[in-house]
Amino acid sequence: MDSYEIVVIGGGPAGLAAAIEARKNGVENILVIERDKELGGILQQCIHNGFGLHVFKEELTGPQYSERFIKELKKMGIEYKLDTMVLHIDEDRNIEAINTKDGLIQIKTEAIVLAMGCRERPRGAITIPGTRPAGIFTAGTAQRFINMEGYQVGKKVVILGSGDIGLIMARRMTLEGAKVEAVVELMPYSGGLTRNIVQCLDDFDIPLLLSHTIVDIKGRDRLEGVVVAKVDENRRPIPGSEVEYECDTLLLSVGLIPENELSNEANIEIDPITNGPIVNESMETSVSGIFACGNVVHVHDLVDNVTRESRKAGKCAAKFVKDELKEDSHTVRTIPGEGVRYIVPQEIRVENVDEDITLFMRVTDIFKDAKLVLENGDKTIKEIKKIQFAPGEMEEIKINASELKDGEIGDLKVSIQKGGK
Amino acid sequence: MEVYEKVCIVCPRGCRLTIKKDETSLKGYTVEGNTCKRGAEYGIKEVTNPTRVITSTVKLKSDHLNRLPVVTKGGIPKAKMMESMKVINNVEVKPPVKEGEVIIENLLDTGVDLISSRTVEQ
Repeated sequence: MDSYEIVVIGGGPAGLAAAIEARKNGVENILVIERDKELGGILQQCIHNGFGLHVFKEELTGPQYSERFIKELKKMGIEYKLDTMVLHIDEDRNIEAINTKDGLIQIKTEAIVLAMGCRERPRGAITIPGTRPAGIFTAGTAQRFINMEGYQVGKKVVILGSGDIGLIMARRMTLEGAKVEAVVELMPYSGGLTRNIVQCLDDFDIPLLLSHTIVDIKGRDRLEGVVVAKVDENRRPIPGSEVEYECDTLLLSVGLIPENELSNEANIEIDPITNGPIVNESMETSVSGIFACGNVVHVHDLVDNVTRESRKAGKCAAKFVKDELKEDSHTVRTIPGEGVRYIVPQEIRVENVDEDITLFMRVTDIFKDAKLVLENGDKTIKEIKKIQFAPGEMEEIKINASELKDGEIGDLKVSIQKGGK
Repeated sequence: MEVYEKVCIVCPRGCRLTIKKDETSLKGYTVEGNTCKRGAEYGIKEVTNPTRVITSTVKLKSDHLNRLPVVTKGGIPKAKMMESMKVINNVEVKPPVKEGEVIIENLLDTGVDLISSRTVEQ
């Protein structure tokens, strides 16, 4: 049996940042386990630019961003295993993994950092009626085919879902010579960043059909067309509004699900809203010594936020190994109020907050001229005013340690209230 | 008076910019709605000479990977995007390639180089 102080599961941006930070905080014996043939995770296929404005103060492509972390990890001499799949973990931090070189590996570790990321929701998750021809891909699969394997997946394309991956793929397919007929969005607003609507759709005159969905898929062997219909305010298709689009390819960009099979095995408590582990101020899950960070906890829009969160997980895993985390601290919960869908972390052990803590959250709907209010009982701690809040853009509130340690602090509630700018 | 409404694409914040022609100002335009200096620069550029960074891939002769990701080292005129894709798709590269290595010098006489955006050892 191999033994380590910290094992990081997943070698994407979250896992890399956590491992590097753990080493910087004095932990020598670290292992990163990655199931792909190289480190870097999903960023290796995200060849577009726009990453790293906060962390590196410049605009990088996905591969450039991950290469900086890979270089640093290698320079530090942190051990990693590629092509290696973790099969099981348990609450006592035993890990079973497998690869073709070592065979079945048993590992015992003092702390685990879960950084497995997320998966795309497939066609089955949204139950579109119709035939089952070739030519229907999740957007990320198409992205990998085009950007890494070198295949053109289609020539006439409809994209369902206007999240960032869908928007980025609309531009990518257009640049590679395909005609993107439309991006179809069920909601009355796009789930992606405004700048991606500008530079991925508007630049190429690709129509964005808000409050529309796909109600039928046509074609036997290869996709021949999709039927698009308007939806009412309850998101039900409106009869008579159907329009058929001829196409050979349909890309699905309909959401991501944190990948928590391993978390479930270790009986880690999952938040039903985020679909990721419930974590505390140290990014520790409900199982002592098992930490989590990045998209496995909640789906992020910006990799810089993944990096920040993962550095914290790495630092706190190091503290845990050195027995510096206080288990019996006064604990408060963070409670999503009106207009707030979820908050991460869900719990704060007040004594473990050194300087400050940042709460990440998403709102439930579009709110114009509103404010995000953080309250402790009747007392307002923080207010953030904005012209617009949107579910597609993660919000954050930073709280100073002094504000938490000031007297008897109770549960913290965040809600949307009227009266912004 | 010429007035333009644009969404800034410099960072994920997506500021809504109003750009007005103003002969009396230093740069010939005034920009409102931006929250940083780069937003003001973007606003003026977007109404005078809009540019975009192009990211794509070129063919790679390697057992490890079929495509090498590339990026223009700066914006190129928006109107040259599709033409530059034709040039990019005619290139084939053999490893080793370093991140930052120039793949096409002075892409379509824009004065901007196309560089590799990752390292491939073999």
